[in-house]
Amino acid sequence: MNNTMRVLVIALAVAGLAACGNKTVKDDVRSTTPSDPRPTQVQTNNTDTSDGFSVADPNDPNAAPCLKVRVVNFDFDQSSVRPEFQATIDCHAKYLGLNGQWALSLEGHADERGSREYNMGLGERRGNSVSDLFKAKGTDSSQLMVTSFGEERPTCTESSEDCWSNNRRVELVYTKK
Amino acid sequence: MRSMMPVRFWVVWLSALGFILGSSALASAQTAGETGAGLTSTLTVTPGQRGGIKIAVVPFAWESAAPPPSQEQDVARVIRSNFNRSGKFEALREDRYGELPTTAADVNFGFWKLAKQEYVVVGRVTDNPDGTFRISYELLKTANEKRLLGFAEIGRPGDLRRVAHRIADTIYEQILGVRGAFDTQVAYVTSTGVGRDITYRLWVAHSDGFNPIAIAKNNEPFLSPAWSPDGKRLAYVSFERLANRSEPGRSSIIVQELASGVRKAYSSFRGINGAPAFSPDGTRLAMTLSRTGNPEITVMDFASGKLTQLTRHYAIDTEPQWSPDGQQLFFTSDRGGKPQIYRMAATGGDPVRISFQGEYNARVSVGFDGNLLAMVQGNGNVYRIAALDRSRGDPGTTTIITDGRLDESPSLAPNASMVLYAAREGTRGVLYAAAVDGTRLKQRLASSEGDVREPAWGPFRPR
Repeated sequence: MNNTMRVLVIALAVAGLAACGNKTVKDDVRSTTPSDPRPTQVQTNNTDTSDGFSVADPNDPNAAPCLKVRVVNFDFDQSSVRPEFQATIDCHAKYLGLNGQWALSLEGHADERGSREYNMGLGERRGNSVSDLFKAKGTDSSQLMVTSFGEERPTCTESSEDCWSNNRRVELVYTKK
Repeated sequence: MRSMMPVRFWVVWLSALGFILGSSALASAQTAGETGAGLTSTLTVTPGQRGGIKIAVVPFAWESAAPPPSQEQDVARVIRSNFNRSGKFEALREDRYGELPTTAADVNFGFWKLAKQEYVVVGRVTDNPDGTFRISYELLKTANEKRLLGFAEIGRPGDLRRVAHRIADTIYEQILGVRGAFDTQVAYVTSTGVGRDITYRLWVAHSDGFNPIAIAKNNEPFLSPAWSPDGKRLAYVSFERLANRSEPGRSSIIVQELASGVRKAYSSFRGINGAPAFSPDGTRLAMTLSRTGNPEITVMDFASGKLTQLTRHYAIDTEPQWSPDGQQLFFTSDRGGKPQIYRMAATGGDPVRISFQGEYNARVSVGFDGNLLAMVQGNGNVYRIAALDRSRGDPGTTTIITDGRLDESPSLAPNASMVLYAAREGTRGVLYAAAVDGTRLKQRLASSEGDVREPAWGPFRPR
């Protein structure tokens, strides 16, 4: 591999991580931050974490990579989950099935356009739409709670399609039951 | 834990403020209250571009022993500013007063006729023995040289701006036959900060944005403030953590008494508790609840606490507003695919769609006669305030009355002559007051900081 190729591969990998990063780090989640005193690479007393679904904490660094995706995005004025997020929901449904002590708070959001109370309804509809997919995967309804924040908690405030598409989302927030 | 403290603190602080207001030191309320995110007014359209009835409001003679007031308390200046933003009048500019009469006897009608003024207002401020001001004024019509009004108001020091609003209301009504709405209040929400440090405040201010007082504060959102018909209470949506509830991020409808600061949560069901609206008689609250799985229009009776669900549809039904007679409810529904405005009997029944222009119509505000409705209308990526005039029957005439790109939350004045709404400027929310008559005259109520949204124009004050 020549140097140009190597740079390109690294750049692509970084870009991939960055794209992922947008959707993984959520301040509502007790994620393992760099300041966390726990050594991240030491094997914990979990039985077998090799598949990434038996970790006691979904925020464990050994958790399956797909569990790190915590945001589902939507098209304008739409609440149907795009096919690209099916794998994310499958992944979290699998974890919830194996870890009954965890529940998911599904926090629905809308972009800034239109009326705030209608957007409150739209956020809830998006949350319900994700919740329905979890239930179809066999997730117990006691592990699912839908809350809508409408357009009240944006991740960005620019009036652009980029920002709007980031704000049209359902956040998957793990809570202990 | 985090959100409990501010709430408690706030109630205490509010009581203290109530005391200050009660002890008649109105001027000190501004320094006691949080005024950091207050509003100041700026006219964005120059008078030359407008039409309207020409009226000269001559500077009032200051015959008090007290030092003359600031511009903000200058009675004639405030009256002129009120008239100009109403869209109905064009007040003579301050530098055009070649004569300065202070009583009707001094008025040289020839001068004002030459200046093309249809009406002249003169007045003077003197001292009452008890330390208050006496503000006497007269309204004259130049065409027939008649005196139409001659009244006196009493004002406390620091209260002259409100006196000016009352005088403007009286003159407005005398000339137009419609009650003025200058001496009214508005409520709105601001947010400051970002991320976890966002602070939301609910404010009450005069209709021109002056004298803002924060009446509630939290780190969780507030929205949809709604006035009780007597102007003594505000209902609003809060996401604050309530004492009897463990999880954050759940909405509640709170009703707060403005004088005492006493707050009570009326609706904290699972799901959405939103869009409160007092019935015209004040006995019921229409709202949006999704406790049955979907946002539905629901009416709560205050006396019994009984809830009556009026819609049963998989669509989003929200933003109920009462007709002035309390017999009907207007609301937003996307049962036809996109959000549009519907009307139904206040007891329930089949809704009828009433908005037909525009892809998206929501958040209706109903005028005092039930025939003029303001709403946010979306076409493509542009959202503006539309006025729907149904006075000649359905479907009515729709006029777009604002020119922003993301205008929302219209709230009609109690005389339906102006509409208050929220707009985006860059990444910031600001409030505007616009004339409803389609003149595109608008006034920006600028906040010194933060993001301003969710304006609600209060009712007329009791006469």
